[in-house]
Amino acid sequence: MIETFFPNVEMSKFWEKTYETVYMTGISLVFIFIFGILLGLLLFLTSKGNIWQNRVINWIIAAVVNIFRAIPFVILIILLIPFTRGIMGTMIGPNAALPALIIGSAPFYARMVEIGLREVNKGVIEAAQAMGARTSTIIFKVLLPESMPAIISGLTVTAIALVGYTAIAGIIGAGGLGNYAHQYGFVRGNNDVTLFGTIAILIIVFIIQFIGDLITKKIDKR
Amino acid sequence: MISLNNVTKQFKAKSGTITAVDNVSLNIKEGEIFGIIGYSGAGKSTLVRMLNGLEKPSQGSVTVAGKEISKIKGSNLRKARQEIGMIFQHFNLLWSRTVRGNISFPLEIAGVPKAQRKKRVDELIKLVGLEGREDAYPSQLSGGQKQRVGIARALANNPKVLLCDEATSALDPETTDSILDLLLDINKKMGLTIILITHEMHVIRKIAHRVAVMENGKVVEIAPVMEIFKNPKADITKRFIQQVTDEEDTMDTVQHLLDKYSTGKVVKLTFIGETAEQPIISELIKELPITVNILQGKISQTQTGSYGTLLIQLDGDEKHIEKAIEQLETQQVGVEVIGND
Ligand SMILES: Nc1ncnc2c1ncn2[C@@H]1O[C@H](COP(=O)(O)OP(=O)(O)O)[C@@H](O)[C@H]1O
Ligand SMILES: [Mg+2]
Repeated sequence: MIETFFPNVEMSKFWEKTYETVYMTGISLVFIFIFGILLGLLLFLTSKGNIWQNRVINWIIAAVVNIFRAIPFVILIILLIPFTRGIMGTMIGPNAALPALIIGSAPFYARMVEIGLREVNKGVIEAAQAMGARTSTIIFKVLLPESMPAIISGLTVTAIALVGYTAIAGIIGAGGLGNYAHQYGFVRGNNDVTLFGTIAILIIVFIIQFIGDLITKKIDKR
Repeated sequence: MISLNNVTKQFKAKSGTITAVDNVSLNIKEGEIFGIIGYSGAGKSTLVRMLNGLEKPSQGSVTVAGKEISKIKGSNLRKARQEIGMIFQHFNLLWSRTVRGNISFPLEIAGVPKAQRKKRVDELIKLVGLEGREDAYPSQLSGGQKQRVGIARALANNPKVLLCDEATSALDPETTDSILDLLLDINKKMGLTIILITHEMHVIRKIAHRVAVMENGKVVEIAPVMEIFKNPKADITKRFIQQVTDEEDTMDTVQHLLDKYSTGKVVKLTFIGETAEQPIISELIKELPITVNILQGKISQTQTGSYGTLLIQLDGDEKHIEKAIEQLETQQVGVEVIGND
């Protein structure tokens, strides 16, 4: 069936490119999760009325986050070329896309984590303090578990945006399904390949959304 | 057990400085149930929050169980807090943890090993009567059950003091009663000192031994609960007492009663403390040839005795009625002739 509707699709190439997309999304998501939570926690804890309230630090982190969130992803890739060369040693292939993907999405995710943390009931934090909890206990046993649905649903949104970013990165030479649809489809005039790549990207997005919703629903006991 | 010396707490706000607690000195004994009553904004919450260091006093000192809470910091303060339980109006449970998980939390904070934790949690679940609900999440519990979890959690580390900030204000009257009974039970069984904040006089009447009345950050009156009922001094105290004595309702019907029982004398007796349990009326009938009709009455139990009023009609010979009133006046009851002479 694939051969009749998509005559120019070569399956081994397609799977290789699909794997690259999943790889880029997955690896960068792990780093985004870590950096996003760290930054989100810092943004939250240094804000007014919270444990590490500090206007200067809060302002600096917020400024950095906002700047990186505002730079269009395509431009961020270009700006980061020297940096990427420096740590990855190359500008082509899936690994070359990772720095831009992580730096481009972590601030976005950090904001979502911060919003989630702000929704944690202040009374519960106070109850933990009244029990004699140290700050680390409050972070790991109150703030993060109580905001987990927001943290997971934010990660789902970020992961979906990330699939889109990998496609853009692919066009510039990073591999993945975006690269497949562009280089093997568009450039060679094979519209069926472009369409096939697009469908694959959509399926990946739907799977991410489905898993994300499922986990969010399962952990939310409110 | 607890002492506050000239404690003042000020907050800086945009509109200027707010004095939430104004030069308060208090001493609370071990095993006492101490009530603090006042309207919203009186400074009650700020006052109890200074007892576990959630707020630092601007001036004065706060000592709880031998530790000067207003001075200590860091790990010393955290250790001290483990010996002071607190429960809240809105329960403040972790929605992400089950009943068991919530009660276990303070034990985790105190570094109790897992096996011991489990044992202690089981004990506490039994104590507050939540058997069978161990694995429920807070969202699956009623308000009263949530507060029971709150109480179990507050008691987990065997505190010496329990702070209750409007702990029954979000509950319906029946649930309030059952929670207050539980607190009384705990107070008696474990000799726990309880500080109880409320804006409802019936809560004070039901369980407190002593009460402080707060207004604008100041303690305007402080006395044993019976004393306050017998002899309220500040206007605000009188208003709080009216909450529970329905004085106005009673007076509405008095005229009606006077019209109905137009012979003899109608007398209002005010019982305070032990006198309510004495057979005053029956002795009166036994000793004098008069009839006594009980028209209306309400007696409430408090922790240190009973309190209430009784409206009676004394009928018979003029001379004997005079004698009866004299006899009543020798008892420890308030006597007030309110009609028909
Ligand atoms: N953190 C705070 N910052 C500024 N003002 C406060 C703060 N906490 C309490 N207040 C003020 O202190 C006063 C007493 O508040 P509170 O102790 O909560 O009263 P209560 O518990 O009796 O209702 C109120 O006027 C309140 O607005
Ligand atoms: Mg209050």
